[in-house]
Amino acid sequence: MNIKTEALSGGFGEPVFESQSVFRMLMDGMARPGTMRTVGPDVGQPEPLGGAAGAIALTLCDHETPVWLSPGLSKSAVGEWVRFHTSAPITREKAEARFAFVEAGATLASFGLFSSGTQEYPDRSTTLIIEVAALGEGQPLTLSGPGIQNAATVMLKGLPEVFPRLWADNRALFPRGVDVILTAGRNLLCLPRTVKIAMSRPDTPSAR
Amino acid sequence: MTDLATYNFAYLDEQTKRMIRRAILKAIAIPGYQVPFASREMPMPYGWGTGGVQVTAAIIGPEDVLKVIDQGADDTTNAVSIRAFFQKVANVAVTTHTKDATIIQTRHRIPEQKLGAGQVLVYQVPIPEPLRFLEPRETETRKMHALEEYGLMHVKLYEDIARHGRISTTYAYPVKVAGRYVMDPSPTPKFDNPKMHMSEALQLFGAGREKRIYAVPPYTEVVSLDFEDHPFEIQKFEQPCALCGAQGVYLDEVVLDDKGGRMFVCSDTDHCEDRREHGHAGEMLAPNKEAAE
Repeated sequence: MNIKTEALSGGFGEPVFESQSVFRMLMDGMARPGTMRTVGPDVGQPEPLGGAAGAIALTLCDHETPVWLSPGLSKSAVGEWVRFHTSAPITREKAEARFAFVEAGATLASFGLFSSGTQEYPDRSTTLIIEVAALGEGQPLTLSGPGIQNAATVMLKGLPEVFPRLWADNRALFPRGVDVILTAGRNLLCLPRTVKIAMSRPDTPSAR
Repeated sequence: MTDLATYNFAYLDEQTKRMIRRAILKAIAIPGYQVPFASREMPMPYGWGTGGVQVTAAIIGPEDVLKVIDQGADDTTNAVSIRAFFQKVANVAVTTHTKDATIIQTRHRIPEQKLGAGQVLVYQVPIPEPLRFLEPRETETRKMHALEEYGLMHVKLYEDIARHGRISTTYAYPVKVAGRYVMDPSPTPKFDNPKMHMSEALQLFGAGREKRIYAVPPYTEVVSLDFEDHPFEIQKFEQPCALCGAQGVYLDEVVLDDKGGRMFVCSDTDHCEDRREHGHAGEMLAPNKEAAE
């Protein structure tokens, strides 16, 4: 398929009801961090964007939300696809982005250049959608914070090694900070900025 | 036959829903913080729950079961009209039973029955800013929240004590959420404040005229502000509900005549009806035989 056809294909079959169901997964996921959800509809997103990440873009992005794409994604048809289906402007400035999409295995140096909002308006921050190798298997992480009764354990594979350190820095900014949605194929897992992450394996040096 | 074709599902257009949904996600991520949103004109006046209606419209789906209460009652004007609105524009199932509902939109009460993980409580909020009556300027209250500067609120509660000997605030009693933001729980009686603490249900707040959305995620600390020597207390009632005999619930006073006659009944009508169905009776409940005659 050439790049143009890829960009024009896909999308929600039933936009009103499918975006509502994906939103409810995100709302419940943000409210109960550590619970994994699986997106139902196939949105025909171009590689290397995952199914859940594509559905999130269709559910939340529009002309009011500049979108930043990681280098791997901006080389593909993803930018054209997002623009065609959501009318969201694609930006190269991380600070401008309301949503940022990162493909699996991309290097994450820092959240620092993304918007963390202001102290008066901490909601004006970027939401990052980061693809990992797998959710529900692999390395255990222990989460705690609002929305979690005591502690929740999640398993995931392919989280960038620096992530716990970046997350600790992000937590220190509260109430400012970015929010993260981890995706793997059709699965998603929300990490609002309030979540504390601890590595479960005792032999791993814990995040400070 | 339905009139669904005349409207988009749940009345709002999709772009408005996306805008509100983004605000809700940020509100959940920052518990107790008021997220500004572009509140729309709704086919009902401000003050009738337009904030709550917009939040409900943005989250509701065809599988949801909606309950709407006004001061605890399912059968007052506001509750009936909002319920009818969603039946018409979203064709969703509605109920008056707290336990059957997946979304409960409320004005000024939290149901007596404990809410569960599968439920969302949507509050209609008139004035979302707890500091507004102390500081009218939005620029200043924003700064106070930014700096976590809540001394003024404690001064207000202290002045209550100085004047009345106790904290006389009985509704819209300020709370601190997750140890950070001071939040107005909307004009619910302070009786309901403890129910917000570590609730299993997600709580969303919508203020239409003031254009703010805020949230309390499940299992989140919600602490009513108080002093060591004047701890927070909820209202206590001397008598049980006159119809169902319930104790430890919030009661409404009903004036019966012009000679001082009055009765106290459950404000939560579903709770009261459910108890009566299960054979509980208060002292003023008409006996079944008599009612049948």
